[in-house]
Amino acid sequence: MNWDWSAVTDFMPRFWDGVLVTLQATVIGSLISFTLGLVWAIAFRAPTRFVRWPVTIVTEFIRNTPLLVQLFFLFFVLPEWGIQFSALTTGIIAIGLHYSTYTAQVYRAGIDAVPVGQWEAATALSLPARRTWTAVILPQAIRRVVPALGNYVVSMLKDTPLLAGIGVLEMLQQSRLEGAATFQYTEPLTVVGIAFILIAYPASLLLRALERRLVR
Amino acid sequence: MTTGLWENWVLPGIWVTVQLTFYSAALATVVAFGVGMARTHRSKFVRFLAGFYTEIFRGTSALVLMFWLFFVVPPLFGWQFVPMYAAVLALGLSYGAYGAEVVRGALNSVTPAQREAGVALSFTPWQRMRLILLPQAVPEMIPPFNNLLIELLKGTAIVSLLGVGDVSFAAYLVRLATQESAQIYTISLLIYFVIAFVLTRGMRALEAKTKAGIGQKPEKGPGLMAKLGLRQQTELSDKPGGAGI
Repeated sequence: MNWDWSAVTDFMPRFWDGVLVTLQATVIGSLISFTLGLVWAIAFRAPTRFVRWPVTIVTEFIRNTPLLVQLFFLFFVLPEWGIQFSALTTGIIAIGLHYSTYTAQVYRAGIDAVPVGQWEAATALSLPARRTWTAVILPQAIRRVVPALGNYVVSMLKDTPLLAGIGVLEMLQQSRLEGAATFQYTEPLTVVGIAFILIAYPASLLLRALERRLVR
Repeated sequence: MTTGLWENWVLPGIWVTVQLTFYSAALATVVAFGVGMARTHRSKFVRFLAGFYTEIFRGTSALVLMFWLFFVVPPLFGWQFVPMYAAVLALGLSYGAYGAEVVRGALNSVTPAQREAGVALSFTPWQRMRLILLPQAVPEMIPPFNNLLIELLKGTAIVSLLGVGDVSFAAYLVRLATQESAQIYTISLLIYFVIAFVLTRGMRALEAKTKAGIGQKPEKGPGLMAKLGLRQQTELSDKPGGAGI
């Protein structure tokens, strides 16, 4: 056992840079997944099977294959097709896309839980499809699914270290660089591990409180 | 892609991925049942310890845990893991924590009258668990376990970052060798999808078998398109998140 506090102090500047990138990836990734997931969920209910089937196939495929491989796919294949993104942008897109297939299922469950009477009422009032969704169905569906969506934010946070695989300078990659520079892996990696628990645990407590308030 | 790359990297890669999934799932099952049953224990201290374990391992990222086991354990304790074992340990311990929540939830969902009947017949706590609670709880666990198993399979891809030669690692090498990314990455995604599909079929069969053991039938599956859905709808979320499953 040899724990060196000065190594922890030395790691701090890099660590905070990493925290910023991690949080950035989590927040933007969440926003992408929330938006795209809603698009998938509405497409699941499209009137024609020519929309429903392809969307089901694509989302099931994305949901059941590893994020890391998808990350490499986007990172290596997109440039071959002439689309250039930075590693961080690619990573955020990959996380957002991957998790949108999860949030789609959450939205779907939320939409299915809206009573049929609400749909019928919207029809009886001859609301156009757009108004039915935005004014009747979604406000009731989304309220119910907020805690479940929050769970996926925590999951996304815990999946951001995968971005280290394509060289994004988030917390884990910063600790690897620090370790490579000083030959002290123990302190940086431990700090990063604890940082994840310190962010994820209060977040999950918050979600539980939110769940008690919203889902009754 | 040449046959040499297939035979030397991709096929062994598939085997390594399957092995990793199998060993990690075995470890995770042991952890899940141990910790999950401990969370329903009479003693408050045991419940606290089990709860502490799940919060810690659900709070941290499996990849960070894996790096920690691989890089921090050797200098601290003076012995080293083979990368494969570090990977199995990290995956097994963290997915075991998710599984523990499933086990706890299923045990709590058995009607209290069943437990009370066990008390009335003066069964010991262990007999109650083994003969009354578990046979009824296990079929309930299988759909969420199936979802976790697919998450675990996906999770095994991260071992390639430690240099374990699984499918993802093989894909990386093939990409370097052929200078072509689209083909090999599409193939490796398909490989994972096929493995996930096979695992789901196996779990469905297991569910039917355990349900038959307590005289129930699994619900009839919906139409063709829904069959493609490998996950079973459990609740609103089917992925281990921060708070409850």
